[in-house]
Amino acid sequence: MEEIHWSEFVITRLIKAAGYSAILIVSLIFIFLLREGSPALIEIPLPTIFSERWYPIEDYFGMLPLIGGSIVVTLGAALIAMPLGISTAIFISEIAPRWAREILKPMVEVLAGLPSVLLGFLGILVVAPIVRETLNLPTGLTALTGALLLGAISLPTIVSVAEDALDAVPKTYRDASLALGATHWQTIWRVTLPAARSGVLTAVMLGIGRAIGETMTVMMVTGNAPILPQGLSALVKPIRTMTATIAAEMGEVANGSVHYHALFLIGITLFVISLIVNLAAASVVFRQRKRAERILS
Amino acid sequence: MRQLSPRRLWTTSLFLILSLLLVSCSFCEDNTNLSPSGFSNIDNKGSDTIVNLALAWAEAYQSYRPEVRISVTGGGSGVGIASLINGTVDIANASRQIKIEEREKAEANGITPVEFIVARDAIAIIVHPENPVNQLTIHQLSAIYSGQINNWSEVGGEDRPIVRLSRETNSGTHVYFLENVLRKGEVDNKTLFSMDTLLLHSSEGISAEIRQNPNAIGYDGLGYVTEDLKTIAVGWETTGPFILPSAKSVNDQLYPIARDLYMYTAGEPTGEILEYIQWILSPDAQDIVTELGFVPVRQ
Repeated sequence: MEEIHWSEFVITRLIKAAGYSAILIVSLIFIFLLREGSPALIEIPLPTIFSERWYPIEDYFGMLPLIGGSIVVTLGAALIAMPLGISTAIFISEIAPRWAREILKPMVEVLAGLPSVLLGFLGILVVAPIVRETLNLPTGLTALTGALLLGAISLPTIVSVAEDALDAVPKTYRDASLALGATHWQTIWRVTLPAARSGVLTAVMLGIGRAIGETMTVMMVTGNAPILPQGLSALVKPIRTMTATIAAEMGEVANGSVHYHALFLIGITLFVISLIVNLAAASVVFRQRKRAERILS
Repeated sequence: MRQLSPRRLWTTSLFLILSLLLVSCSFCEDNTNLSPSGFSNIDNKGSDTIVNLALAWAEAYQSYRPEVRISVTGGGSGVGIASLINGTVDIANASRQIKIEEREKAEANGITPVEFIVARDAIAIIVHPENPVNQLTIHQLSAIYSGQINNWSEVGGEDRPIVRLSRETNSGTHVYFLENVLRKGEVDNKTLFSMDTLLLHSSEGISAEIRQNPNAIGYDGLGYVTEDLKTIAVGWETTGPFILPSAKSVNDQLYPIARDLYMYTAGEPTGEILEYIQWILSPDAQDIVTELGFVPVRQ
C-alpha cells in the first residue's frame, strides 16, 4: 500500500510541474522579450519605426516593410495551402480506398519532417528559376516563391490535423445523411466537413503558425530586400520577412545596442501577431462548440 | 514515518542533483586554453570571406605542429570581433578594420585588439556569362547599386532590367562595398543601397542566382568566383584603363576594389598564438593564400 501511495505522489507532482512549467516558460520568454525589446521604443523615435526604410547599419529602423513582408508571404502561403490541404484531407479521410489511405497518411507525415533548409535549396535551384521564366520577372527570388515553399511546408500540418478531425466525425452522421438520400459529395460538403469544422480550423491556424514562424526557407528564397509591399504586384517582388531579419542580423549585433533592441522589438511584434492568430482561432472554435451544443440540446 | 518518506525522497534527489552539478563544474574548469596533456587550443573565429583560408592554414599548421589544435569558425567579421571583445576567442578574423566603437568596447573589457594584415582580397564584380557588358566604372557601379541606373542598356548592354545582388549587412564585404564603391571612398557621401537590392546571406546564394539569371549583377571575394561566372573589368575613368581582378593587379595596386584581410588578437600575442601568427606571415603560409585565389601579403 505504501508503495502505491508513494509513486502516486511523485507522479502527480511531476505532471503538475510539467503543466505549470509550460505556463512559466512562455511567460519567462515574454518577460525576456519585453526586457530586451522595449528600450527600442525609447531609443528609436516612433516616426522612424513606422518609416519605410530598414538599413540598421546606418540607423534606419523602419519596420513596416518587414511586417508587410511577413504578412504577404504568410497570406500567400495560406491561400495556397488551405484549399489544397483541406481537399487532400477530405480525399484521404472520405474518398480514398483503405489501402491508398494506409500509404498516403504516413507519407504526408514524413513530408512534415522535411528540414526547411532542404526546401530552401530546392527553392533557389528549381522554384526560383521557374517562377522567373514563366512569369517573365527580373528575378525569381520573390514573395511568390516564398509563399509557394511555405505553402508546401504548412501543407502536411494542415492535412494531418484536418484528416484527424474528419476521421473523428461519428460514422452515424454519414449513415444518416446517406439514408436521407444525399449523395456522397453532399454528405461530405454539408455534413462531415461542418461537423469537423473546429478541428479543420485548428489545422489551418496551426499551418499559418508554421508559415509565419518559418525562417530558413524564406531567408533563402525571398531575396530579403526590405521593400514595403504595395498592392498585388508585391507578390512578384522581393520582400524581407521579420524572421529572416532577426536570423540574418542577430549574430552580428553588439549586445545592448539600439540595433539589438530593435531586433527584439521585431521579436515582440512576431510574438503578438501569432498570439492574435491563436486567440482568433480559439474564439472561433469556442463559438462553434456553443452552437453545436445548442443544436444538440 | 509514512508522512516523512516523500520528504526524504525530495532531499535525496536534491543531494543527487547538487552533487551532479558540482562534478560537472569541476570538469568544465579543465576545458580552458591549456589542457594538462600538453595540447594547446587556439580558437579562431570571424569573417566568412577568410574562413576557407583560415581552415587551410589551420590544417597545414597542425600537420607540422600536431600538438596545437586550432578550431576555425565563420559567422562574419562582426561576430568574430564581438567574440574577441567577450573574450571567447583567441584570434578574430575580419575582412574590414575594427571599428572605433568596437575598439572602445574591447578596452572597456580590458582587452586591447592588436591588428595583423594576413592577406589581401579583391572584390570581383560578377554577371551572367551571356551578359555582353565587359567593363564598368566605379561611378557606373555606384549609380547601378544606388538605383539611378536600372537597365543594362544604359551601360552598353541588352535591354534588360538590372537585378542588384548584395551580401547581408553583417558581412564585412557589404560594408567595404558600401564605403568604397557606392560612396567611392568619400567620407561625407551618404549614398545608400537601392531599396530593392537583394540581400543574400551567403556567397553561394549570390553565385546560384547569377548563374541562372541574366539580369543579375553581384559582387564577391575573388576567391569565391567560379569559372561559370563572368568577371567585369573595373576602372575609375570612362576612358579606361579597365582592369580585371587578379593577384598581380591587386599587388600592383591597379585593381580599384581591393582590401586587406585582418586577424586580431586580444593584446600582444604570446606563446603558441604568436608562433601561429608568425607562421601565417611566412612564405609557406602565404603560398596557401595564392592557392585559394587570394592575394599574398608581400614580405
